[in-house]
Amino acid sequence: MDALWLSMKLAVCVAAILLAIGMPVAYWLAYSKWRGKFLLESVVALPLVLPPTVLGFYALVAMGPRGPLGKLWIALFGHGLAFTFGGLILASVLYSFPFAVQPLVSSFESVDRKLLDASAVLGAGSFRTFWRVILPLSLPGVVTAVVLSFAHTLGEFGVVLMVGGNLAGVTRTVSIDIYDRVQSLEYGEANRMALLLLVISFAVLSVVYAVNRRVWTPWAAK
Amino acid sequence: MGGEIKPCVLAARIRKARRNAGASSFVLDVSIEVSHGITILFGPSGAGKSTLLDCIAGLTRPDEGRIAVGGDVLFDSSRKIYREAQNRRIAYVFQTLALFPHLTTEENVAYGLSSLQPEKRRERVEEILTAFRVEKLRKQKPGAISGGEKQRVALARSLVTEPGVLLLDEPLTGLDAELKAAIVDDLRAWNAAKRIPILYVTHTREEVDALGERVLAMDNGHIVSAGAPMEVLDAPRRKKLAQAAGFENVLGGTVLDLREPDGVMRVRLDESICEIEVPLGYAAAGVHVKVAIRAGDILLAVERPIGLSARNVMEGRIVSLEQRGTMVVARVDCGVLFIVHVTPGAVRALGLAAERRVWLVLKTHSCHIVE
Repeated sequence: MDALWLSMKLAVCVAAILLAIGMPVAYWLAYSKWRGKFLLESVVALPLVLPPTVLGFYALVAMGPRGPLGKLWIALFGHGLAFTFGGLILASVLYSFPFAVQPLVSSFESVDRKLLDASAVLGAGSFRTFWRVILPLSLPGVVTAVVLSFAHTLGEFGVVLMVGGNLAGVTRTVSIDIYDRVQSLEYGEANRMALLLLVISFAVLSVVYAVNRRVWTPWAAK
Repeated sequence: MGGEIKPCVLAARIRKARRNAGASSFVLDVSIEVSHGITILFGPSGAGKSTLLDCIAGLTRPDEGRIAVGGDVLFDSSRKIYREAQNRRIAYVFQTLALFPHLTTEENVAYGLSSLQPEKRRERVEEILTAFRVEKLRKQKPGAISGGEKQRVALARSLVTEPGVLLLDEPLTGLDAELKAAIVDDLRAWNAAKRIPILYVTHTREEVDALGERVLAMDNGHIVSAGAPMEVLDAPRRKKLAQAAGFENVLGGTVLDLREPDGVMRVRLDESICEIEVPLGYAAAGVHVKVAIRAGDILLAVERPIGLSARNVMEGRIVSLEQRGTMVVARVDCGVLFIVHVTPGAVRALGLAAERRVWLVLKTHSCHIVE
């Protein structure tokens, strides 16, 4: 159960961080008129197509004692970043980035531009417009972004294996734990964990689809 | 008179090229002055009316020019002044109204008052909700109220901030005349005390007649005429404007000669032998002009009329009759095709039918030279 607890902790941290940095990035992607915007869009979408091992490999190299990030980390905190919980969070944030940003971008974009114009002529600056108009009307997108980054982090394997290794209580997440148990032929235990993960993932996705289909949305506009 | 707001004037000189991919790129180039009261901005769709409002409100940046309300300069390209929309104190009601769907009427109206104390804010909201008769809807969201009510709420939301100018972009389309008149009355009542310039965009003739104090007619990015509604719309100088203003017949022709003592000139219509007399205009013999005539201004007779003051009598043949509501549209071939409106009663009384020989009678002053 240590592994599950660790995975949950990781997923919650990653979802929170992604919400905080995903919103400004998504805002910029949704409203910027810069013509080179597609470049950043491509970068954001990269983790969707890269094998997790590739992402994990670069993350590991960067975090290693000779990598730029690793050096900085050692200088600041006196220990390395690779094979730590902090390193795991960082790699997971990168890996789940598109899952947070894309739902936010599409829900920001679907807010009627005339409402933003109306807000501006009523004297609101862009921050107030975001807070009072864009965000409330994008709540389904925000819920989707949080839930997807949580679920995606919960289920990741390749990146964790590359940068986290397999340290019990530190970086051994539930997916790695399952793999370990299968390797050592503990099928009963593996099955228990796998089933638990399956149920959690199903519950989480049900929330996303229910919100987007407006089966229940207490804040629904119409 | 202490405390009353001094009436101010909106003065705007704007040049903006709209570079669209494709054919419809055009240049907005206007200079207007709007004093307090309702001024109508009239013109066909695509004339640049909404772009002009967007420039005034600060939602679109003009290439060059100057915009000022009273002594307050909002934009001046030569002095590099550009004030953002949120600092212009210009109210703008969009065609779609753009009420915030997640906020109640009360919250929508209070949106522009965030800098006030809650108590003061509540007072102002209450006051304007009453003035526009929507105080009963304060807890309703826009999705739950009717079209006319939404329009009232949108007006209240814009005006509660005590703006220096009000811009209205066809805000009352889709309402029946009675409802429209009631809303306009409330708007007029409100503005009797505030005396701000109101610029009201429309492309329908009926609204101009209903609201008109002063009209600016716009076409293809330019102001083509200005004045009282009757002067502007009954003597349109552009073909598209003529059609928008309800001139069903816009015919090409060549000026034959000018008869200055009679105050008329003769025009031969293209591809026919028809000659008509029109009021003397800025044209010389040989010049090609367009003549606009309202279908409702043409008389139709089944025998050659005599003893009339009308100068233009043309013989023709009815091509078709088509009933539209309480009106019959007749197409009459006199060498050129004329569209004539008659009543169903007249059709019965005169026994009008397709192929019937008829005479059209046109008063000289019903013929307007456009372009």
